[in-house]
Amino acid sequence: MSRPAIDVSELPPLAFGHRGIVWWATMGVIAIEGAMFVLVMVTYLYLKGRSPHWPPGFFPPDLRWGTLNTIVLLASTVPNQFAKSAAEKFDLRGARFWLVVALAFALAFNIIRIFEFRTLNVWWDSNAYGSVTWTLLGLHTTHILTDFIDSCVLAGVLYFGPVKASLMVDLSENSLYWYFVVLAWLPIYALIYWAPRLA
Amino acid sequence: MSAETDQLAATWQDPPGLLGWFSAVDHKTIGIRFIVTAFGFFILGGLEAATMRLQLARPDNGLIGPDLYNQIFTMHGTTMMFLFAVPLVLAFGVYFVPLMVGARAMALPRLLAFGYWIYLFGGIFLYVMFALNIGPDQGWFSYVPLAGPEYGIGKRADVWAQLITFTEVSGLIVAICLVTTIFKLRAPGMSLNRIPLFVWSELVTSFMVIFAMPSVMIASTTLILDRLVGTHFYNPADGGDPILWQHLFWFFGHPEVYIIFLPAQGIMSMLLSTFSHRPVFGHQALMLSLTATAFIGFGVWVHHMFATGLPQLGISFFTAASIMIVIPTGVQIFCWIATLWGARIRYDTPMLYALAFFVIFIIGGLTGVMLASVPLDLQVHDTFFVVAHLHYVLIGGSVFPLLGGFHYWFPKMTGRMLSERLGKIAFALLFIGFNLTFFPQHVLGLHGMPRRVYTYPENMGWGTLNLLASTGAVTMFIALCIYLANVIISRRSGAIAGENPWDAPTLEWTTSSPPPAYNFSPLPTVTGTDPVWEHTDEVPIVVGVASECREVLVTHVMDAEPDHKKEWPEPSIWPLWTALVITGLFIGSIFTPWAVVVGAIPATFAMVGWFWPKRGQSPEALIRRLEAGDHPPLEQVL
Amino acid sequence: MGQAIQSALNPTGIQAARISDLYWLMFWTSTVVYVAVLIALTVAIWRGRRSDAGEPSRATAAKWVTAATAISIVTLIGLLFASVATGRAMGSLSTENALGIEVVGYQWWWSVKYKNPTPSLEVTTANELHVPVGRPIAISLKAFDVIHSFWVPNLHGKVDLIPGRENLITLQVDRAGVYRGQCAEYCGLQHAHMAFNIIAEESDAFERWLTAQRTPAPPPSSPELTSGLAVVERGPCQMCHTIRGTTAGGRFGPDLTHVATRSTLASGTVPNTPDALTSWIKDPQHIKPGTKMPSTGLSEQELQALVAYLQTLK
Repeated sequence: MSRPAIDVSELPPLAFGHRGIVWWATMGVIAIEGAMFVLVMVTYLYLKGRSPHWPPGFFPPDLRWGTLNTIVLLASTVPNQFAKSAAEKFDLRGARFWLVVALAFALAFNIIRIFEFRTLNVWWDSNAYGSVTWTLLGLHTTHILTDFIDSCVLAGVLYFGPVKASLMVDLSENSLYWYFVVLAWLPIYALIYWAPRLA
Repeated sequence: MSAETDQLAATWQDPPGLLGWFSAVDHKTIGIRFIVTAFGFFILGGLEAATMRLQLARPDNGLIGPDLYNQIFTMHGTTMMFLFAVPLVLAFGVYFVPLMVGARAMALPRLLAFGYWIYLFGGIFLYVMFALNIGPDQGWFSYVPLAGPEYGIGKRADVWAQLITFTEVSGLIVAICLVTTIFKLRAPGMSLNRIPLFVWSELVTSFMVIFAMPSVMIASTTLILDRLVGTHFYNPADGGDPILWQHLFWFFGHPEVYIIFLPAQGIMSMLLSTFSHRPVFGHQALMLSLTATAFIGFGVWVHHMFATGLPQLGISFFTAASIMIVIPTGVQIFCWIATLWGARIRYDTPMLYALAFFVIFIIGGLTGVMLASVPLDLQVHDTFFVVAHLHYVLIGGSVFPLLGGFHYWFPKMTGRMLSERLGKIAFALLFIGFNLTFFPQHVLGLHGMPRRVYTYPENMGWGTLNLLASTGAVTMFIALCIYLANVIISRRSGAIAGENPWDAPTLEWTTSSPPPAYNFSPLPTVTGTDPVWEHTDEVPIVVGVASECREVLVTHVMDAEPDHKKEWPEPSIWPLWTALVITGLFIGSIFTPWAVVVGAIPATFAMVGWFWPKRGQSPEALIRRLEAGDHPPLEQVL
Repeated sequence: MGQAIQSALNPTGIQAARISDLYWLMFWTSTVVYVAVLIALTVAIWRGRRSDAGEPSRATAAKWVTAATAISIVTLIGLLFASVATGRAMGSLSTENALGIEVVGYQWWWSVKYKNPTPSLEVTTANELHVPVGRPIAISLKAFDVIHSFWVPNLHGKVDLIPGRENLITLQVDRAGVYRGQCAEYCGLQHAHMAFNIIAEESDAFERWLTAQRTPAPPPSSPELTSGLAVVERGPCQMCHTIRGTTAGGRFGPDLTHVATRSTLASGTVPNTPDALTSWIKDPQHIKPGTKMPSTGLSEQELQALVAYLQTLK
């Protein structure tokens, strides 16, 4: 007695984007981290709403390093996108190259971030404004730092191996996370650097 | 049995030995670990409850002093909410969701293993600190400034805040695994509107976890920052606000109770259907109700803050939302009654728990409507009336279905039936004991007894009702001991269960009890919501998935059409190492912020060890192959 | 006494009365709903007790579920209206000629100050509020340390005292009597022992009380009382307590200028008798473990003199 059967033996062994498992895991992380960013931003606005002066008696953060970093972050999406496209075409050489270029940008924006902290013009323990500003910037910093580290590790695997074709999927989804980290920065930049000026 | 199933077994088995035990990634193995651990914490939380009830049995009782009592009620709430209820509702998902959707495994298995270890280590951490007299004592919602740097002396509040971090990381991880599994690993034919209602409830719950738990993470992290490094989030003298804490906590805290409730509603649909042998009435309406409850559940949190003096206009919105959220649950109750209409019921123990839901939960729902009304809430808020309400909804609405669900699923997990006699005795005692414990508490609250008091004066007239409640608590304790005894005895000598002892309709009952490591062979497809009752031999099976390596069929989100086959991760010890290192980082960081920096280094190494591929070719060899065109045909993957 | 003290179902103020009415409306509505649902469930099961009676047709079942849902919605909206109406009634109490009081919550006692445009006419006491019957009382609520909650169930719902914020509660008492209240927000070790009394009396009795409270402490009239005062002024008491008319001006503990007129000590924990007062001063930690008042290590003689002196503070 034979039962009817659906034969899936010819199906491919991997898939990019929302068809694949890694995409969903990455999106799950993005949803969680995104929710955290939104909540800290809402906290910022809440504390601002309760404060007659914002910042209370301090200068707002210097614009120079934050604006520069915004440009660097946005620019980093270019090699990031090239790395993604190369991965999806199974161009391992190209993907490796663009990942390293993106890493150079990542190193830059992590270093510039140090200068951003130094020119916030407030300490985290001065008052609630300082606390939420440092926390918001700090939360984003953990993301750019981990993005840098995990991209380094990915580059390491791509150069030293062992590798499989499915690594191309990991590379593609890593780019997705990179986009998230860059795009999440935009409203945070607006809050930290411009909200105190537009009071 | 056959050569193929032998090979599948060899491929999918958990590795042997001690190292194998620590490296296991099988969702059934991890599911059982979660369930056993959650029940362990249930026992501890129950002992805490029993201790409180003994202290409150008489006015001016001297059994326990205020310091220990305050720690105990904090530990009770924290344990039950974070270490028992949420892990257990997710754990049933971990074990049964892949089976109910016809998959061979759960998505992201190593991440799942990590999620378990982090939960276990967090719970152990909390109890070790309690034993060392550094257990938290600020209540399970830890209001500031009581929990803040000035009045929360010592490390107690930090221990609580970090426990949150452990359990929330665990919950978030399990949620991601569940969403990915439910969306991507379903058997062909199981379109989204055909998935079992329990699976749908786990999906909706996982989304709630993803959007609610970040709020309590932010809350607990900012609390630790205030306490450890001098930030001012909650310090009114420097621009902070104690009410901010309440917003951040309850924005999580309210969805939290729906996280605990929704899977139980999924279990209700399942039990009522099986024991009446009727497909559930209103499958779509029930799916929509669960979804609506989840959405509205995010819009009611301020009803925990009615007494704080917030502006009237905003508050009225929350009253309306808190009343409206009753409606989807009402729809579910009416659909369940329609399901049972005229059905011949089998009164096995799981069904008794399901029927008890109606008697108990509805009372809790109705007192909830009372609490939604601001003027009435201002009288009964923070009294034993609320304690009564929350236990009626959580125990009647969640614990009873969970205990029934556990009784129902025990044969599938262990291959043996629980004793019906012991099961019914435990049920009866629990039902009586529960009502005896908590019904009088409604009256106590209305008669002025606030919550979280370690004692009360003689002349308040509260003594009799408190004694009644304490007697009920003892009864509940005995009932749960009998339930536990049933589990222990039946594990060894219960009747052999067979594949489908309850004649239930869903896919987990089409495989052996317990299921083999590979869950199903052959892999099933479905054509309706109740596969076992609807199936004929004409329903196709799936062939072409490899059995000599860990390969899983991945399908489309909406209609579960086959899409591709993915190689699944092998068992690994790295999730355990990473969990140990992260535990050290979390614990260290309540004593010094440098622990984060220092701990990040071994954490990074652990995660690198976890991620680094174990098998493959050299990059140069792969480049040559890819450039030669030897890769999956592009038109199949793009 | 018995269950009438501190009970939301024994209202003696207009607000608590309205809330109690709302409660009973909701209680009876809930009872009807609950019984109806359980009857439906019982009938559903009863019909299948011998054998499955057959599934109802989808259309019939859908009709009944929809009808039940519609009835639920209408009932809930009705209750929502009742709630809103009650809330509005709460807020409609006129505050004309209101008596202004400021209550500050401390771990674990209540400071009570009767406001007056002339500062010298302000009265500060602790753990007891005297109020005139039939006149609105506007109480502003502040917290010194952590969140507390002011709750007198016989009169009104509770309102929290939150550090950094000022909340307001407006009460009116309709009947003379003593009404017990208790802190209703967990505030630490002795949250359970943070009660207070509202003593409502006729207008003239209230005015007499208020005037008497304005007078400073009488000078000691015997050697024992003099040494009792000396204990206050030269010992640890004056570091936390104020007794107007002496040099004791501490602000961390209750004002003791008229402590002998109060009916309880330690925020409602023990009755105000000489024995209880003696035990309290000798070892506060025994009566209220965790209280901020330390044992003072006074000798028996000093203690006796101190208690005698405090008894004169009427």
